[in-house]
Amino acid sequence: MSDTLKPATDWELAGMIATYRDRRTPIEICGSGTKRAIGRPTQTAAAISTQSLRGITLYEPTELVMSARAGTPLSQVEAELAARGQMLAFEPIDLGPTTGNTAGQQTIGAVFAANLSGARRISAGAARDHLLGMRGVNGLAEEFKSGGRVMKNVTGYDVARGLCGSWGTLAVMTEVTFKVLPWPEDTATLVYTGLTDELATELMQSALGTPFEVSGTAHLSAGLARRLRHDGLRGLDTPLTALRLENFPHAVAYRREALREQLKASGFVKVVELDAHDSASFWNEMRQLSVLPAGRTHLWKISTTPGKGPKLVAAVRRHMEAEALYDWSGGLVWLEVPETADAGAADIRRAVATHGGHATLIRAEASVRAAVDVFHPLSPAVERLARGMKSAFDPYGILNPGRMYSGL
Amino acid sequence: MSRKQLFAIRVRTPIDAGFRMSLIRLPEPDQGVISRRDVIIKDLEKLVGVEMIISDEDGRRAYETDALTAYTRMPLAVALPKTTEDVATILRYCRDNGVKVIARGAGTSLCGGALPAEDALVVSVSKMNRVLEIDYANRTARVEAGITNLAISGAVSKDGFFYAPDPSSQLACTLAGNLAMNSGGAHCLKYGVTTNNVLGLKMVLMTGEIVELGGGHLDSEGYDLLALTIGSEGQFGIVTEATVRILRAAEGARPMLLGFGSSEAAGRCVSAIIASGIIPVAMEFMDKPAIHVCESFAKAGYPLDVEALLIVEVEGSEAEITALLNRIAEIARPFKPETLLVSSGADQSAKIWKGRKAAFGAIGRISDYYCMDGTIPLGRLPEVLVAIARICGSHGLKVANIFHAGDGNLHPLILYDANDPDQAIKAEEAGAEILKLCVEVGGCLTGEHGVGIEKRDLMGVQFTEIDLALQMRIKTVFDPTWMLNPAKVFPLSAPRPQAA
Repeated sequence: MSDTLKPATDWELAGMIATYRDRRTPIEICGSGTKRAIGRPTQTAAAISTQSLRGITLYEPTELVMSARAGTPLSQVEAELAARGQMLAFEPIDLGPTTGNTAGQQTIGAVFAANLSGARRISAGAARDHLLGMRGVNGLAEEFKSGGRVMKNVTGYDVARGLCGSWGTLAVMTEVTFKVLPWPEDTATLVYTGLTDELATELMQSALGTPFEVSGTAHLSAGLARRLRHDGLRGLDTPLTALRLENFPHAVAYRREALREQLKASGFVKVVELDAHDSASFWNEMRQLSVLPAGRTHLWKISTTPGKGPKLVAAVRRHMEAEALYDWSGGLVWLEVPETADAGAADIRRAVATHGGHATLIRAEASVRAAVDVFHPLSPAVERLARGMKSAFDPYGILNPGRMYSGL
Repeated sequence: MSRKQLFAIRVRTPIDAGFRMSLIRLPEPDQGVISRRDVIIKDLEKLVGVEMIISDEDGRRAYETDALTAYTRMPLAVALPKTTEDVATILRYCRDNGVKVIARGAGTSLCGGALPAEDALVVSVSKMNRVLEIDYANRTARVEAGITNLAISGAVSKDGFFYAPDPSSQLACTLAGNLAMNSGGAHCLKYGVTTNNVLGLKMVLMTGEIVELGGGHLDSEGYDLLALTIGSEGQFGIVTEATVRILRAAEGARPMLLGFGSSEAAGRCVSAIIASGIIPVAMEFMDKPAIHVCESFAKAGYPLDVEALLIVEVEGSEAEITALLNRIAEIARPFKPETLLVSSGADQSAKIWKGRKAAFGAIGRISDYYCMDGTIPLGRLPEVLVAIARICGSHGLKVANIFHAGDGNLHPLILYDANDPDQAIKAEEAGAEILKLCVEVGGCLTGEHGVGIEKRDLMGVQFTEIDLALQMRIKTVFDPTWMLNPAKVFPLSAPRPQAA
């Protein structure tokens, strides 16, 4: 890796990609580069960053839509939205701190390219659910678009959503258009204490089965709870299970009581409440994975059927120590394991095979990422389709080749 | 209401009529396949059983069109598989023998998405309609794809859950068709469309290979082929099973009616409600012609003297609903609503929604119509409504407008006489002009009905050749020899990519 090219227009980007296309030379594609250490290590001649493709190009608060060039910092997007009382409802996870970068650096394009969704995924949907349209350049140096700026659009295939989670291996997004939503006027969090992983999952699932629109569920072991920055919660020194309610103040007041009552009937009684201010700081810690700081451990992201989270973690723990942070009512597990040559991949993937879902190695040194499958191995049929997709977008294999899978 | 009431009322064209709307060209069938018809039918009967294959003329006629009834084609035969393995067997045979395949759910497509062809086998998943598993703890249901949209909610409503996407045809339409078109509905402002409510699916490729995309988990591994497949109009494979999200229903819901002296005032009121931070569960718009027809049908208490009507529905506890509706009434005040009526209870709410959901059928009782489905940015609504009236007027046609106001998804219904070939052609011409206008103001050709044959030749208005070529290469990844749902979605003139 030597030069980093920073095109300022789609046209300039297409010209650069054309050069590498003609030379059949691989290039690294990135935004601000905070996720460079995620994925398989790759050999590229140069990098193209979208960082100079910057700026919000459309914002219509009454139509709940914003467009931004792909290199626009997420922090800028969120500040503009907040000024009009709106937000990205999928509250994108910020992997910066946990991968050794500072928080708040990632670009809006990378949020969609990696399909990063936070706690509100369970109620509001994932990043990909909010993407309405995009413009970009594929590996043939062709400028193309998909979707648009309106909420409902089924014209042609849903290429935009198909690019979410493709990590720059199919195309370089230059502009993204996405749905935004109003900030809730009030927030409260019920934090239940002392629950095992199994009971916590049952609690989170019960809460989501009520009509009170719980918008966040997370469970931390006592070990992880002790790492919280939030003094009050850290001091409790016990496993914590958090349930978030967001709405207009009168509705939050009513739902908080109603939810407590309903869960009490199921035997869940030990609870502390966080007000709007403390809720904001707690869920911001979840968003930045503050309890899983960069360090001498490996970090996995495991996605499974929510109820299976605890069993899957228990299966892994038969082979290694592991700290687990549960989100999505148990469907998303951030698993911290001790450093080993394969980051525990064999045992973790075996547990995933038994319980369903997939596991991605988020944090490990390059030698480990070169030795194990970072992204979850695909079934043969799906892998064949994925290879077909790669050749439809990037037949010469020049965009981030090998970052997700060998040969993709 | 029976499916017949919902859809058949529009069908006036006699089967052997000498004329049809004829603007959309359909490819010449492959006579080689047609000449082998008897052999193909025998083979299929042997492979999957006689009872699964419909080959007689009367039986096939039930499948000769969908809800775009102006176009009919008698299919080569119809297969009604009962299992995923049946579908695989049928597709493998068709691939090996050069027989094209048209996937079908209930045949309620308004864009000709399920229109058969004389040289193609229709594979209907309508017999595959079981609920396989309901998992309340994980809020999912695994169902066969031929289940009707409403039957999914029906299976879980006793426990207070529902499946959110609710197209107007939900009594008849299948999940398979919803997946093909990425269907929406009246309540997607809050709950999203099909793609936002599906976690996994099982699909048979043209090779007979069975692939599973997604599952019970909440995000995709590798490329999001699930997202790409939903909305692919039956051109990637035949979906036989899906895992859908089911949601706990709100404690209650109640609509209010807001009548305005102009469409512009109604449009600005919608914007003001959204700007206030309230996302109603639905916001539906009707103009005067639509109000009159729907009121005479449903007796819902719609005001007859206003130019535009909004149905705004909110959810929550009784107290929450009251507080929200009061707030909305305050927000609406500056736009001088001439009617402001909160539903008095469950009975009236049901009538209000009956009027809206039966709108297409009710209008179909007084006239044939051609239903458009473009989406526009809401801010352009007043000028677009004026332009739609002008376009239809210039073709000598009337129009009624019904749409999902919160998301700008328009449904202009162009009224015409299907027995007058000249009017039929004018209706299609006016429709095309309206859709071009939707794209010009920043919207799109179709918000929830799909492209099918209907909007196929307009795709170049919204997409460049490069955009379309990329989509066609994706199609080729899933169906290398282009045997699934041919002659749909892409202009016939667009060059087909070679399989890799």
